[in-house]
Amino acid sequence: MQFNKQSNIHPVRRTVLKFTGAMGALATVSVAGLMRAGEALAAPWNKGGFESKALEEALKSLGAANMIESKDIVITAPDIAENGAVVPIAVTSRIPNTQSISILAEKNPFPLAASFDITSGDAYVSTRLKMGQTSNVRAVVKVDGKYFTAVKEVKVTVGGCG
Amino acid sequence: MAEAMKIRAILQGDTADVRILIAHPMETGQRRDATGKLVPAHFIQSVVVTQNGKTVLDGQWSQAISRNPFLGLRVKGARNGDKIVVTWADNTGGKRTDEAVVSPG
Repeated sequence: MQFNKQSNIHPVRRTVLKFTGAMGALATVSVAGLMRAGEALAAPWNKGGFESKALEEALKSLGAANMIESKDIVITAPDIAENGAVVPIAVTSRIPNTQSISILAEKNPFPLAASFDITSGDAYVSTRLKMGQTSNVRAVVKVDGKYFTAVKEVKVTVGGCG
Repeated sequence: MAEAMKIRAILQGDTADVRILIAHPMETGQRRDATGKLVPAHFIQSVVVTQNGKTVLDGQWSQAISRNPFLGLRVKGARNGDKIVVTWADNTGGKRTDEAVVSPG
């Protein structure tokens, strides 16, 4: 009896396994297909960079070594921000072939606030940040594998973190 | 379902000035509610802007972007009628796509 049972079950299990395997593969393909149509454009989130608490680590995650101070990067931000929850920051890079702009609030719990890959032909981006306290806001601009940087201090009257 | 974005794309010369306003709480994960419990992090991580299907800006955000985020960019070589599509995705799987058409200033 037992022998019979086993010999019956095994082929069935094998078929089932094969079947689910094939379905799994199909499902993966169709999900990948959907992603491609909708949003394959987005690069993977820079988890290491956004979760690092130290400025140096955040910069390292961007690949930003040997940064060059540049006057061709303009940070537009208030000198004094009364409300740290909403600090308008705009960054313009006049360096030709700018590929990306990253924005860091150096004294925030997680300094890296945002990174933008820019292919619009105009290296400008504007957004609003939360800032916990008075701090330098640093822009890091990537151009042909080189990194340029500029800072502007923003005094925060009431912090906006927490 | 997340609220619709407000997108304006105004042509100035050969450049479209694109302004995007997104409705999102952008919770940092460090804030406590009235009962002292941490409010879980809930924030947009990815924002992609396309012009007629071509990516013009691929942004990654942390929780440091303000609540109800604003994003401004400029698209060179834009024309009247160009389609601007914005898609965001947050850390909890939420996402939304909206579009606007470049119009004269």
